[in-house]
Amino acid sequence: MTAAPVTAVPKRRLRDRIPVVHQLRQSVGLQRGMLVTGLVMLAIFILTAIFAALIAPYGFAQRADASGSFGSQQPPSPEHLFGTTVGSYDVLSRVVWGTQTAILVVVVAVILSLFIGVALGLYSGYFGGWLDRILVVICDAIYAFPSLLLAIVLSIVISGGQSSLWGGVLAAAGSIVVVFIPQYFRVIRAETVRIKAEPFVESAKVLGASNSRIVFKHVFRNATRTLPLIITLNSAEAILTLAALGFLGFGIEPTAAAEWGYDLFKAQSDVTSGIWWTALFPGLAIVFTVLGIMLVGESLNDLADPRLRGRRRVAQAAGEVAATSVVPGGALSAGPGGLSGLEDGETFDEHGIEVKR
Amino acid sequence: MSTFDTVPLAEGAPVSGRPKPKSQGGGFGRYLLVRFLLIFPTIFILVTLVFFLMRTTGDPITAAQGGRLGPEALAELRAAAGYDRPLFIQYFEYLGQLITGNFGSTLTTSQPVIEVLATYGPATFELVFYSLIVAFGVGIPLGLFTAYFRDKPQDAVFRVLAIYWYAVPVFFAGLILKLIFSVWLGWFPIAGRASVGAELQMQTLPNKTGFYTIDALMTGDPEVLGDVLSHAVLPAIALGLLTAGIFLRLVRTNVIGTLATDYVDAARSRGVAEYRLLRKHAYRPALIPIVTVIGLQIALLLSGAVLTETTFEWKGLGFILAEFLESRDFVAVQGIVVMLAVIVAITNFVVDILAAFIDPRVRY
Repeated sequence: MTAAPVTAVPKRRLRDRIPVVHQLRQSVGLQRGMLVTGLVMLAIFILTAIFAALIAPYGFAQRADASGSFGSQQPPSPEHLFGTTVGSYDVLSRVVWGTQTAILVVVVAVILSLFIGVALGLYSGYFGGWLDRILVVICDAIYAFPSLLLAIVLSIVISGGQSSLWGGVLAAAGSIVVVFIPQYFRVIRAETVRIKAEPFVESAKVLGASNSRIVFKHVFRNATRTLPLIITLNSAEAILTLAALGFLGFGIEPTAAAEWGYDLFKAQSDVTSGIWWTALFPGLAIVFTVLGIMLVGESLNDLADPRLRGRRRVAQAAGEVAATSVVPGGALSAGPGGLSGLEDGETFDEHGIEVKR
Repeated sequence: MSTFDTVPLAEGAPVSGRPKPKSQGGGFGRYLLVRFLLIFPTIFILVTLVFFLMRTTGDPITAAQGGRLGPEALAELRAAAGYDRPLFIQYFEYLGQLITGNFGSTLTTSQPVIEVLATYGPATFELVFYSLIVAFGVGIPLGLFTAYFRDKPQDAVFRVLAIYWYAVPVFFAGLILKLIFSVWLGWFPIAGRASVGAELQMQTLPNKTGFYTIDALMTGDPEVLGDVLSHAVLPAIALGLLTAGIFLRLVRTNVIGTLATDYVDAARSRGVAEYRLLRKHAYRPALIPIVTVIGLQIALLLSGAVLTETTFEWKGLGFILAEFLESRDFVAVQGIVVMLAVIVAITNFVVDILAAFIDPRVRY
């Protein structure tokens, strides 16, 4: 069980330690159904991205084939199952190719924010000092700010608003990274502060272990418990932010890559004249992908929270919550959204999604 | 004492449980003061961040006019606006302007940003207000409902629905609502805040507020009011449902927690009706964390408002922000973003105070 990472236990078997597999075995009933559905949807999404070249009937920037131009705003037909856009692109092909862009952004964004956020959080939590205080205040300020606005500012900075594939991907990912770093930072910092006070860290110190060894071997290993959950939620948000940027016209040029948000941006005027296929399919692609990720995230969240997990009585589980959760006075109490002391070891991010600290 | 004292940094920080309340705590008044002072570093950090980020890529004049003007004309314009001076001097000048309430003027329309806020702010406020009504009206009852029927089919249906709402980008929801209810069914207007006739009628008002609902009421014409309200329905639903999904989860989680407490069991054993248990015993204490989180939703609502307004051509701050983005008027963008930062910081302050007022534990 992930709930007791602190106590020294005999090494668990590999299949119990792989994050999602472990939760899958742990889940029952509705939660298992949600988790499995989510995983299947994710698998479809990833497979589509990998085999986009085989699945998509045309290229994402293709306007014509051997038999001539595709034509503008053509309704769905056997040649173009999802119809064509105002720019004569094949909607189905752009939806399929869009998975690649989405995955690229998610991977870049999550990896970058994970590394930076975790590193800062470990440093801040372990060493403290003035840098820690400054980081906490900065992260709280960013955290309280509408993330989309920050993303807009950053995408102006990174790409000046117009972009090639990599320019666009980096702009979207970069703007998402800055918004996400505070989330990882807070979680890891709070865990670090808690773990630092554990007896096993003290004994490591007494034994003469170096700071870096303690941080990486003892603290980091024990502080990563909630990361899978945050990663899933952030991936979902990354896709939504990418789409939102695209919808505001800050997307990737249609000739550089397919991006769902940008397609929706172009479909706005179509909707007014009753053309539904240019908006519906890219939108559904976003919903499908985000939904898949969210279902996985939601199940992981429930499984991580003893109060929501099983059918056991809360009174019995309550002790477990207190023992495994972080000192609740962490980062939040100094910040704009001071939540401390509201509930043991539980907090919410700006979207009301529970984040275990 | 600084607020950092609540952050356990010392070696001997408590291992688990919440930190011991500071005994010298001065109660509500001091909390209010500290929390109020905390607004300023928050705003300061965001202003600094936005300023330097925006300037790393160059000055706004080049961004707006780049390619259209020759280098000499460009340099002249830059010198006139003071963009050729060292960055730090510009930064301190900007800070000085902000303190006096001067958010700068837009490049494209030479309108003071504060005036932009006055013109478009009420529309955004109205949209957020209406969508909050939808969010509360839908989210809280459904949250109670799902908490009560926890793990039963009723719960499952609405929880999956809540996730679904969250997964639907607000602009896609807006487009689909528009397609179905405006284009196909023709029940609601396609876009805008009011039709031309109603807008004209409201323009003639001697002391118009910019809040169309209030203005419409002042005209005393039920048709105008109906027109304004029917324009608000779809945007409010699009933005409201997104938030409703979040409220549902929030209420559900917290009510499940309180429903399992001993005092609820005790009340049940005394024969208190199930409905009353839910409404009074379980819901009320669960409200405390809900209020706090709702404060954090303001940031999300503003993000959502930007997208909703663009979708429905709702002429609010988000709509105008998107326009300025398109015309590359980054002075205006910076001004609006900074102004929104101030609004968010103040809202969070108010919500925190409200939460502390309800729950004395927060004050420590």
